[in-house]
Amino acid sequence: MSEAIAQLVRVDRISKHFGEGETRVDALREVSLEVHPREVVALLGPSGSGKTTLLNVIGCILDASSGSMDLDGERVIENGSWQRRDLRKLRLDKIGFIFQSHNLLPFLDATDNIAIVLQLAGADSKAARRRALELLDYLEVGNRGTSMPATLSGGEAQRVAIARALANKPRIILADEPTAALDSKRAGIVMDLLRKLANEQNASIIAVTHDEKIFDRFDRMFYLRDGRLESS
Amino acid sequence: MNLAYRDIRHSLGRFLLTCVGLGLLLGVVLAMIGIYRGLVVDALTIARAPAIDLWIVEASTRGPFAEASRIPGDTREAIARIAGVESAGSITYQTAEAEHQGRKLRLYVIGHEPTRPGGPPPLLDGRGIGQSHFELVADRASGLVLGDRVPFGRSTFTVVGRTINNVNSGGDPAVYMTLADAQKLQFDLSPSASRVQRARGATPAGRDTVNAVVARLKPHASPEGVAETVRRWKHLSAITQEAQEAILSQSLVDRARRQIGLFTSLLLVVSAVIIALIIYTMTMEKLKQIATLKLIGAPDRTIVAMIVQQAMALGFIGFFTGALLILNIKDYFPRRVILEPDNVLALGAVVFIVCLLSSGLGVRAALRVDPATALGG
Ligand SMILES: Nc1ncnc2c1ncn2[C@@H]1O[C@H](COP(=O)(O)OP(=O)(O)OP(=O)(O)O)[C@@H](O)[C@H]1O
Ligand SMILES: [Mg+2]
Repeated sequence: MSEAIAQLVRVDRISKHFGEGETRVDALREVSLEVHPREVVALLGPSGSGKTTLLNVIGCILDASSGSMDLDGERVIENGSWQRRDLRKLRLDKIGFIFQSHNLLPFLDATDNIAIVLQLAGADSKAARRRALELLDYLEVGNRGTSMPATLSGGEAQRVAIARALANKPRIILADEPTAALDSKRAGIVMDLLRKLANEQNASIIAVTHDEKIFDRFDRMFYLRDGRLESS
Repeated sequence: MNLAYRDIRHSLGRFLLTCVGLGLLLGVVLAMIGIYRGLVVDALTIARAPAIDLWIVEASTRGPFAEASRIPGDTREAIARIAGVESAGSITYQTAEAEHQGRKLRLYVIGHEPTRPGGPPPLLDGRGIGQSHFELVADRASGLVLGDRVPFGRSTFTVVGRTINNVNSGGDPAVYMTLADAQKLQFDLSPSASRVQRARGATPAGRDTVNAVVARLKPHASPEGVAETVRRWKHLSAITQEAQEAILSQSLVDRARRQIGLFTSLLLVVSAVIIALIIYTMTMEKLKQIATLKLIGAPDRTIVAMIVQQAMALGFIGFFTGALLILNIKDYFPRRVILEPDNVLALGAVVFIVCLLSSGLGVRAALRVDPATALGG
């Protein structure tokens, strides 16, 4: 594997501002970073420093004002404009999201919350449910497969959400405060899990966190302040 | 997996409650449409009942329904002699009250000559009037049944036959009796007025006046032609059946019809707004879920399908609930409610279109929502 395509995520002088003139907010200023496969990295910084904004740009949810970005060796943003039209397909194939609040669909049971992403990617419904159950087992919530999200505990729901993020075997997993809703024991379990994933699926994991308890679980940490990356 | 269905199943009770609510509203709309139709049809039934071609009434009136008309009783013989007239009959109309089994009945009394035009339409049960006195053919809406004895004026009448749906434009059930009985009744019921008139010498003809003469024409005779002949008598005027029906629906019930028509349109608009609001709110409540769907890579068509299918389900279930409700209770209304399939289908189409349009509103909001909304808090 050559160094040039070794990074899964390569962000190159990305800037993002909201509004214009008086109300202009520079959320990101020329941020550059690279994340390699099997790396678990943290995004830190005070509130309003641009962490979520950066995560959204990497997740192809938000466009950049300028700069370039490559995901898995593919040019996705060049000089601030998208190079691909079907961003949802890109997300479906390559990116898994873990939200702070689990964001499971309340009208589907745990298994179907996972199966739906597999079906959207083209799996037939039987195969999707089978794989969904495997994933739930893997995350040790196999016994809650037919439970509705409202009846799951915070930790269980978070694990189902993680299972969903993993369903299509994405290479890039983005997590916005994945442990904020969990106690330190469960936070540790989730971090172990993310680590295991990074290793087993050769994936990169980028997590925004304020949670000092888990700082030691990361390979590298990026500090954002006023939209600028300070050190890594 | 069908997301629309799964979401509905998840909150089934609430969805069904919404459907029932909408159903009640659409039921009211249907009822109004039926009442409107019923009013128009009721207004015409009395004029259609004798199945005749020409109405001969007092000169320069539009009688006998829209305006009062009184003509001499011997007019009928003159009319019957006109070329083109096959048969003619005298007829009187009056509203009268009778008491039956402790109930006050308000009836529309039609006096006619049993062997001549002017009698009731085909009967529901019993027979037509066979004797020259004290027999009645009553409409079912009066509550009278065969064999009932009803005191009217100074006489008591026996119900020998019944009609159905034969009421005047005010909703009073019709009863048919012989012309002679009806004329006597007219005199009995307002003796003082008649006496005053007679004292003044105003009605030299005495009791022998009728409200109209109705004529059935020979197959090839032109109603307008015969009407022209009748109008040569200065004291008479002639109205064709077609013109009579136009008078009834245009002048007699016009205001009531416009009133109900306007109210029905208002109800339709209100229902449309409510349907739109329900569907819009249904979508707005799901915006975060829709953002999540976008985030996990669901294409627009999945999201659009979910919203449109739910809107359609709501519309269909609501509409059928309403239609079922009205079809089951329409006979309990005091006046006729007529639901023709074309009205019901038209309302169905309106509901369908409104649902489609208002889901468009929801779809617009859904497509605009930023997938990033799912991430925040
Ligand atoms: N859609 C938007 N429109 C305008 N300004 C925005 C928008 N999103 C974010 N911002 C601004 O960009 C800056 C960075 O926001 P961001 O959400 O990335 O911060 P954060 O580091 O995630 O903060 P927190 O720790 O509170 O989540 C903030 O000043 C915020 O007000
Ligand atoms: Mg944030």
